[in-house]
Amino acid sequence: MHKYANPTRFLRLSKILVPWCAGLTVVLFVAGLGWGLVFSPPDYQQGETVRIMYVHVPAAWLGMFAYMVMAAASAVALIWKHPLADLAARAAAPIGAGFTLLCLVTGSLWGKPMWGTWWVWDARLTSMLVLLFLYLGYMALANAFDDITRGNRAAAILCLVGAVNVPIIKFSVDWWNTLHQPASVVKMGGPAIDPAILWPLVLMALSFQFYFATLLMLRMESGIAAAKIRALSGLESRA
Amino acid sequence: MTRKKRRLYFVALGMLALSGAVALTLTAFQDNLVFFYSPSDIKEKGVEEGRRFRVGGLVEEGSVVRSGETVAFVVTDLVNSVPVTYTGILPDLFREGQGVVAEGALESSGTFQASSVLAKHDENYMPPEVAEALKASGQWENGPPKAMTGAQ
Repeated sequence: MHKYANPTRFLRLSKILVPWCAGLTVVLFVAGLGWGLVFSPPDYQQGETVRIMYVHVPAAWLGMFAYMVMAAASAVALIWKHPLADLAARAAAPIGAGFTLLCLVTGSLWGKPMWGTWWVWDARLTSMLVLLFLYLGYMALANAFDDITRGNRAAAILCLVGAVNVPIIKFSVDWWNTLHQPASVVKMGGPAIDPAILWPLVLMALSFQFYFATLLMLRMESGIAAAKIRALSGLESRA
Repeated sequence: MTRKKRRLYFVALGMLALSGAVALTLTAFQDNLVFFYSPSDIKEKGVEEGRRFRVGGLVEEGSVVRSGETVAFVVTDLVNSVPVTYTGILPDLFREGQGVVAEGALESSGTFQASSVLAKHDENYMPPEVAEALKASGQWENGPPKAMTGAQ
């Protein structure tokens, strides 16, 4: 772990991994979306609208996964003070926010034809909206200080406090009555989705996962470059 | 090394205390965080007449009666049930045996006068052929209707 926290080693590793992750993203995305939109069957209740799920569900998973990555990186940054961990947390934030927004928008588009409403304030929808606000708050706070290390510290603490929201999102549909239906895939007793619908969903989820990895590494690379520029210009102004 | 250890314990203790506080808060607000009450909740806790709230459950099989724009049906959680009347457009997924959440208030007669009706579907997804096959083989009892009411 400590070995890869060295920026030079990280850059060497990411140079190798980025093309592979990007390639897998494209292949899985084309296969998953093609399967989901064209070849998979409609649902017995919801008909063709079920196809929104192939974007909505992976986006929701990634919105939460990116937050957990950010929280883990923030904890490492606070405890062991690895500069790369701060970079990783900062790099994950806008990606996670994007996927959370995508989840909320596609969910709204799905809710209107099926439930009969664009939005309700039930526990699942509200906790997901809180996740979006946590991302936005994190980004605002991280960039609110002239001293970048102070911004990192404040944002890392906010990120860890907000991490309690992730299990609330996941279990909101079990703990309270919600309009949103309970979990279909990650639940006791196995998935409640027919394999013909589940497989394209799995492909799309993997594709989103590799897309996240690709973007995260690229953003961390640019973060390292930016830190180098800051260090060099700092030296120059002092000289 | 000791400073790192101290920071580790500090963060771990902080997260523990925070989770505990949130858990206590959510438990305290349990009744206010639900999106709807089930017919059993209404019977047990009692809701005063005229107060606006939501009731949710399954539309009882064979209970839907339409007369022009107005529709009357019974919402059930398979233990208790509440009669509902509604005037307006119903969502596409509204059908007998399906989940539904109605917003409105109780009348003195005990009928729930709904001002809006939302459809709630369950967590099962399958192609129409599979649903037909399940019904034909008599396994439908373990299928969708149970999933919604069983959890509450």
